[in-house]
Amino acid sequence: MSNATAAAATSPSADAAQSPLARLGAAFVGRLVIIIPYLWLLFFFLIPFIIVFKISLSQTAIAMPPYTPVLDFNGGISGFLDQLKQLSIDNYTWLTEDALYFNAYVTSVIIAAISTLLTLLVGYPIAYGMSRAPATIRPTLLMLVILPFWTSFLIRVYAWIGILKPEGLLNQLLLATGVISQPLIILNTYTAIFIGIVYSYLPFMVLPLYSSLEKMDYSLIEAAKDLGCPPTSAFWKITFPLSLPGVIAGCLLVFIPAVGEFVIPDLLGGSQTLMIGKTLWNEFFANRDWPVSSAVAVILLLLLIVPIMLFQQAQARAQEQGK
Amino acid sequence: MNATWSRFNITSIVLGFAFLYLPIVLLIVFSFNESKLVTVWGGFSTKWYVSLFHNQGLMDAAWVTARVGVISATVATVLGTLAALTLTRYTRFRGRVLFSGMVFAPLVMPEVITGLSLLLLFVAVGLDRGFFTVTLAHITLTMCFVAVVVQSRLISFDRSLEEAAMDLGATPVKTFFQITLPVIMPAIVSGWMLAFTLSLDDLVIASFTSGPGATTLPMKIYSQVRLGVTPEINAACTILIAVVAIGVIIASLANKRREVQRQLDERAAQRG
Repeated sequence: MSNATAAAATSPSADAAQSPLARLGAAFVGRLVIIIPYLWLLFFFLIPFIIVFKISLSQTAIAMPPYTPVLDFNGGISGFLDQLKQLSIDNYTWLTEDALYFNAYVTSVIIAAISTLLTLLVGYPIAYGMSRAPATIRPTLLMLVILPFWTSFLIRVYAWIGILKPEGLLNQLLLATGVISQPLIILNTYTAIFIGIVYSYLPFMVLPLYSSLEKMDYSLIEAAKDLGCPPTSAFWKITFPLSLPGVIAGCLLVFIPAVGEFVIPDLLGGSQTLMIGKTLWNEFFANRDWPVSSAVAVILLLLLIVPIMLFQQAQARAQEQGK
Repeated sequence: MNATWSRFNITSIVLGFAFLYLPIVLLIVFSFNESKLVTVWGGFSTKWYVSLFHNQGLMDAAWVTARVGVISATVATVLGTLAALTLTRYTRFRGRVLFSGMVFAPLVMPEVITGLSLLLLFVAVGLDRGFFTVTLAHITLTMCFVAVVVQSRLISFDRSLEEAAMDLGATPVKTFFQITLPVIMPAIVSGWMLAFTLSLDDLVIASFTSGPGATTLPMKIYSQVRLGVTPEINAACTILIAVVAIGVIIASLANKRREVQRQLDERAAQRG
């Protein structure tokens, strides 16, 4: 580290760090390091959720903003309390009465769960192959997995439209080779959504899997083999359990955003598919019903709170192990 | 290792990468298609690129997107680095659990929720929707990604370097700028790039938080895609991919050079 020696050589005097003023300054800077991002996230991440919750209890109104009551403190404490009394859980009862919303939630969770499983099935062999590759080409392989992540999500989903549509490239290929005689209808079905999610989220699955498989001690497998264990049961008894942290992290990284996915069901799933992210989007942009879309968001968040907390614990654990 | 890299492993990697790259390659190939029918090859042509540059709406949107991306990535990099320092260096302060929760949750939070909640915040505080609000929204989302990238570098950072500098009398602030910052710089650069591409890419949050006059490129592409696939959009997508790919390649080459330089320095230091 050439910088280290340079810094040491140019430092003025050894007692600078010890002076009380410098220590006070350091403490102040240390505070700022915490406070600035903390306040930013409180204001732009946490407080918005409180506002969403409040608006989910409001009524739709033809005004701007299109809901009532709009809380303000101009009327003093009593006026504020009056406004609070206008809040109600009507939107939530409305959500339970209309089967559309319930079905959208259930469908979203099922689609996300199936896609997560499919992504795991596709991603595991890739991650495993990468972890067993010669050490010299592993960084290149890793780069190749990350690179699609850098290209636009929207573009990658859009690319599949040209492939999957009835006169698209996949059907042209299959018809030309005589595998099928009638074009397959894939676009605007749930199959297209599965393909879209697996494709878009594959790097999120492969990366955590790879990092846990790469750390694995392969002499364990050799030992098992020497002791007469067949490769398949060696995989299920040793490799898979050891890669479990990666499996869990990868599945959560795919499952949670997939439940609320909007772009994929909208572009690949067509108008009939029912997913909650799309329902929320339509309530907001097409129906301009802010209170109902807020209520949809609150329930979606409640649905995901357990997986999100599991994800945070997994992250925190990984962080502890890294130290 | 080579012996265990079996045919199965090679096959799964080849198939996996074919799956990852084929759609993008096809998209690029068909952006040079003469025919207006996107899936029928009619000969090589660059006419869609020409018409793209005459499409004022798309060019305006690209300019908005570039500005939002640069500003939000820069601010997010500063905030994200601070957040990463907080997560790794200050293990005990009040509200730490909440803080790490707020850093990790946006990574997986469905975009429709983040977008809606930010919009309602902007309405509640009376901010007009437009360029400024999209930028604020993108900073909030991308700073968390920067924090994770920088944090992973800070965890493997050798703190004895910092301790040595402080023992020799450098103030903490000076130590940070002279020692810590240069070491974590590659992570900060890749954090910036990640933030920039996430901002470049975002449709959902931008749609919620943007207003008239601040249509971003993904919003424009999305509204055109809904009308049907056109070669012009393929051309726009190809340019976006090229910009990002060139950026990533330059960054990784620079990284490699720095790594080589570091090894040379270390060897020189050992000899001297």
